[in-house]
Amino acid sequence: MSAAPAIATPAPVSEARRSGLALVVLLIAPIALVNALGFLVPVLNLARMSFYEVEPTGAMREVYTLATWLTVFQDTFYAELILNSITVSLGITLLTLVCSYPIALYLHRSSGTWRTILLVLVISPLLTSAVVRTYGWIAILSESGLVNNALSAIGIAPLRLMFNKTGVVIGLTEILMPYMILALLAGFGRLDPRVEEAASTLGAPPFTIFRRIILPLTLPGIALGCLLCFVLAVSSFITPKLLGGGRVFLLATEIYDQAIVTLHWPLAATLSILVLVIFGGALVLYTRALRAIM
Amino acid sequence: MDERPVSLALKLMALTMFVFLLAPLIVVVPISFSGDSYMMFPPSSWSLKWYPAIFADGKMTSAFWTSLLLAFVVTVLSLLIGLPAAYALVRLKPRGSEAMSALFTAPLLLPTIVLGLAILIVFSRYGLLATFQGLVVAHLVVTLPYAIRVLATALATLPIPIEEAAATLGASPFTVFRRITLPMMKSGLIGTTALCFLVSFDEVVLSLFMTGPRISTLPVAMYHHVEQQADPLVASLSVLLVILTLLVVLVVDRTSGLAKTFVK
Repeated sequence: MSAAPAIATPAPVSEARRSGLALVVLLIAPIALVNALGFLVPVLNLARMSFYEVEPTGAMREVYTLATWLTVFQDTFYAELILNSITVSLGITLLTLVCSYPIALYLHRSSGTWRTILLVLVISPLLTSAVVRTYGWIAILSESGLVNNALSAIGIAPLRLMFNKTGVVIGLTEILMPYMILALLAGFGRLDPRVEEAASTLGAPPFTIFRRIILPLTLPGIALGCLLCFVLAVSSFITPKLLGGGRVFLLATEIYDQAIVTLHWPLAATLSILVLVIFGGALVLYTRALRAIM
Repeated sequence: MDERPVSLALKLMALTMFVFLLAPLIVVVPISFSGDSYMMFPPSSWSLKWYPAIFADGKMTSAFWTSLLLAFVVTVLSLLIGLPAAYALVRLKPRGSEAMSALFTAPLLLPTIVLGLAILIVFSRYGLLATFQGLVVAHLVVTLPYAIRVLATALATLPIPIEEAAATLGASPFTVFRRITLPMMKSGLIGTTALCFLVSFDEVVLSLFMTGPRISTLPVAMYHHVEQQADPLVASLSVLLVILTLLVVLVVDRTSGLAKTFVK
């Protein structure tokens, strides 16, 4: 009964408002509980954990110290790790953009059933586990894989394509492409074929049309796609771990190793917070870029 | 417009990139029929032995059943928890409903590696690690934001006058919800069900933090298998999983249009 005013008419009575509030609390309580138990408390606890003291024996004590943070800032290994994560992720983002742009533009221009088929082809990798797709890349890039078998068939020495940065970059680029394509498509709204046609009629060669018309009009989509891919690249773990074979050091893989292998939770927590800081930085840059474009 | 020279170049580039995008999924198919005992491409001989090998692998079968049950429980709970919340936020619009929506969808903004670590640390204290209940809660943290989003969109686009008409004709609020609102939300509900199921069934990073020797999920078991040995087993398993996913997508697309859930 209590929901009647809320559904049928706007509630003008204060009593109805109070009973409406009780209903809201009742309806929202379960999700609030899950959110608190699985998100709020863990994340706040993570921030606190980064200040916990770790004894030389590895035991953790609930004593607050800046030791872990100082280690991260003083040890050059972590400086390199952070820098490496950012540059590798930036490279992957750029490569993903270059690979995704033609597909997005083509999808934008196609229509009907053909467009639906192509969209399904873009979405289906997204619905396939990263483990499966990374496994596929192992089949292509490994020593006895597709590329190296083809190379040896034409008499070229095998290349080392896995267990190094090359493998991680190739694999992650492909893994992130669907996100980039969908983000680009979402941002292609302002792209009107009539403007291109007008430029073409006025004698602009295709590359000029691309550079002067298509590219500027699609910049918002590019910015969105790049933000999304950078953020996903920094935090991705499965692909770097499997294709990097423990030889490529990135923030995400280091967090996992410190948490599961070394059991140095304060360090893992500190590195996690650094990932969040990088996320924040990317978001700030994105907002600035968007303001500059629009 | 298609006559312009840029189109041919664009077509070729798009085709090349499509090949790149689908390559890892395509190579898995021939490898699944390999007769070799380790992974190589192309295989030196062919056989069907890796398909029965999946079912002979105790770890994989038990992980599969865990994943299936987990995805089922998580999906049902996501609907049971997400629907009332979406209704409250969209229809009853309490003060601060926007802030609450932001809070409830916030877990999606957090990288799963960070979320996984945060959950690991807290859950270890309550003995929830490597338990089914722990996995359920961890998965709910990521499926509920999707559920809220899709269900809120579905609710917001419903024509309210029909509900008002029913209420005017004497239907109780719950009857209105059950007989009018719920049936009209059908496609949103199907979309949520499919999305939550697939997200939970595929979730690997969170699960990696939450599983142990006692309990494992299929993606985690596959991850560990690939990490330790390169044989065609995972290829055969992948083919089965891709077929399963395609079936889900096909069924959902027939009933509600999953493509719309992803691309507005």
